[in-house]
Amino acid sequence: MNKPLTERIDAAEGSGGRVSLDAYERADGYSAARAAITSMTPEEVQGVVKDANLRGRGGAGFPTGVKWSFVPMGDAAGPGHKYLVCNADEMEPGTFKDRYLMENDPHLLIEGMLIGAYAIQADRGYIFIRGEYHDAARRLEQAIAEARAKGYVGDQVFGSSFSVELAVHRSGGRYICGEETALLNALEGKRAEPRTKPPFPPVSGAWGRPTIVNNVETLCNVPAILRNGAAWYHALGVGEDAGTKVFGVSGRVRNPGLWELPMGTPIRELLEVHAGGMQDGFELRGILPGGASTDFLTAEHLDLPMDYGPIQAAGSRLGTGTMIVIDDSVCIVDLSRNLQHFFAQESCGFCTPCREGLPWIEQLLADIEEGRGQPGDLELLEKNAEFIGAPGNTFCLHATGAMEPMNSALKYFRAEFEAHIEQGGCPLRHGKAG
Amino acid sequence: MSEVVNVQLISALSKAETAAIEAEIAHLPNRESAAISALRIVQERRGWISDESLHAIAHLLGMSAHALDSIATFYNLIYRRPVGRHVLMLCDSVSCYVMGYAGIREALIEKLGIHEGETTADGRFTYLPNVCLGACDRAPVLMIDEDLIGNVAPEGLDEVLARYE
Repeated sequence: MNKPLTERIDAAEGSGGRVSLDAYERADGYSAARAAITSMTPEEVQGVVKDANLRGRGGAGFPTGVKWSFVPMGDAAGPGHKYLVCNADEMEPGTFKDRYLMENDPHLLIEGMLIGAYAIQADRGYIFIRGEYHDAARRLEQAIAEARAKGYVGDQVFGSSFSVELAVHRSGGRYICGEETALLNALEGKRAEPRTKPPFPPVSGAWGRPTIVNNVETLCNVPAILRNGAAWYHALGVGEDAGTKVFGVSGRVRNPGLWELPMGTPIRELLEVHAGGMQDGFELRGILPGGASTDFLTAEHLDLPMDYGPIQAAGSRLGTGTMIVIDDSVCIVDLSRNLQHFFAQESCGFCTPCREGLPWIEQLLADIEEGRGQPGDLELLEKNAEFIGAPGNTFCLHATGAMEPMNSALKYFRAEFEAHIEQGGCPLRHGKAG
Repeated sequence: MSEVVNVQLISALSKAETAAIEAEIAHLPNRESAAISALRIVQERRGWISDESLHAIAHLLGMSAHALDSIATFYNLIYRRPVGRHVLMLCDSVSCYVMGYAGIREALIEKLGIHEGETTADGRFTYLPNVCLGACDRAPVLMIDEDLIGNVAPEGLDEVLARYE
C-alpha cells in the first residue's frame, strides 16, 4: 500500500470511486481504529503519529502528533467535554482535495477522527463543512449513521470503555471560518471572528474546553499510519517530509486534476507528467503553489520538491499543495486585483489593518490596471503591504496571507506593474487574453 | 426591524422546523450555539430569512433578534432578502478567473438581464458571486441550487440554464 489516502477510491473505480462501508471494511477499514482504541493507550497513539511526522495538510504544516500532545489529559483537563473538530471548510481558492476525499471515502475520515478523538480523549467530534459541499455533507452524515449502527461511533466504541459522538456541522459561509479560532466561534453559533491567542485551542477551544482542529486530509492519513507504523509512513516520502499528499493542479494545463503522490514530488513532475504540461499556445509565467494565499513561484523553481522546507526556503509555502498555474495570457496586475478582491471581501472586519487596508490595496490595483496609476504607486503598495501583512498587527493571519501573493507579484513581475503605470493602462488588455 | 415582538409571528415556525432545530440543540452545550444551524434549517424550507422568521428563531433559541441578525448578516449563505426559485453562484476566485470567469460573467449578465445580488423579474434566478467552489480542475465553475457545474463555456450557458425552470 503506497497510497494511504486514495487507494480504496482507485479500487472502487467501477462504482464511480465511491467507497461503501463494505468495501472500506474489506480493505482493512476500521481495523486501525479498533486496534488503537482497544489495545493502545492514548499517549501511545499520539507517539506513533508524532514519530511519523505527519504535518497538517490544511496549509500551516504543524506536526499533528505534537499538536495533540498539547491537550491536557485526565484530571488536568478539568470537568466537561473535550473536542476534536475536523476542518472541512475547504475554501482556499484553487483547493479541491478535501471534497474529493470526503465524497469518495467518507469512512476514512470517520476512522481518522475516531483515532484522533481517542488520542486526545475527546468525547465529542464535529466535522465543520462548508455550506456548498452538499454531497460531501450527506455522504458523511450517512457514513456516521452506518458507523454508529455497527457500534463504531457512540457509546463504548468497538466494545471498549471509550465513547465519542460525531456530528456534521454545515457552515453558513465565509472563508475566514477556515481560521481555526474563527471556526470555533462559528461552531458555537457566533460570527466567525478569529480569537486572540493565547489561549490556544488545545487548552481553551470550543466552548472554552480543550479542542483540536485538524484538516480533513490530515485526519485521513491517521488510519494508515496506525496500521503500518511510523517508519513505513516516513518511507513513503521521496524528500525530507514523510508520507504522501493529494497534490492538485488547475489552470491552463492539458490535464488538470488531483493525484496522491509522495511528499517531495518535484513541481516539474506534477506539471509536466501528471498535469500533462501547458495547453498549446500558452506558456507558464508562474504558479501559486498551495492556494491563493501562497507566494508566487516562477519557472526557475520547477525543480523544487513539494516539501514544506524547500518551498518555504524559496519564499513561498506548500499551503494546501494544490497549485494554480498562471499562463502568459494573464495580466498579473488584474490577477492581483482578483486575489485582493477576494481577501478584502473575506476579511471578517474585526481588525483595522485588514478591514481597511485590503480594500485600499484592491482599489490601488484597480487604478493601476485601468490607467489611473501614478509614479510612486508601487512604493506605496509595498509600504502598505508591509504594514498590512506584518504578523502581530491583527488577530489572525488573513491579511498576512493576502500579502504573500502581493509582495511576490511585485518581486517577480515588477516590470509589468511599471508598464501599466508608464503606458496608462493594461498592455495585455487587447492582447492574447482578448 | 421592530423592537416590539409580535407574539403571533413567534409561533410561526412549523413543527418540523422546531423539531429539526431542537435536534441540533441536542448535541450542543447551549441553545444559542444552534443559531447558524437554525437559520439554515428555516431557510431550507422558506428560501430566505424574513424578519418574522428571525424573531421566531431568536425566541426559540432564547436570544435577542438583534444578536441573531448580526450573525445572520455575517454569513453569505444566509439570505435576509427573498431569492428566486433557483440560486446561481458563479465562482470568481483565482482558478476560475484564469480559465475565463470574465466571459462567463458577461454572458450571464446578458442572458439573465441582472447583476450580482439581483433576482430576475420572473423570480426564476438569483445571481450571487461566490468564492472558490472546490472544483478547480473543472474551472470555470458555477453552482445552481445544489448542483456543481464545471467546464462552463459562454456558448453552453443556455443549455445549462434551461434545466432550471
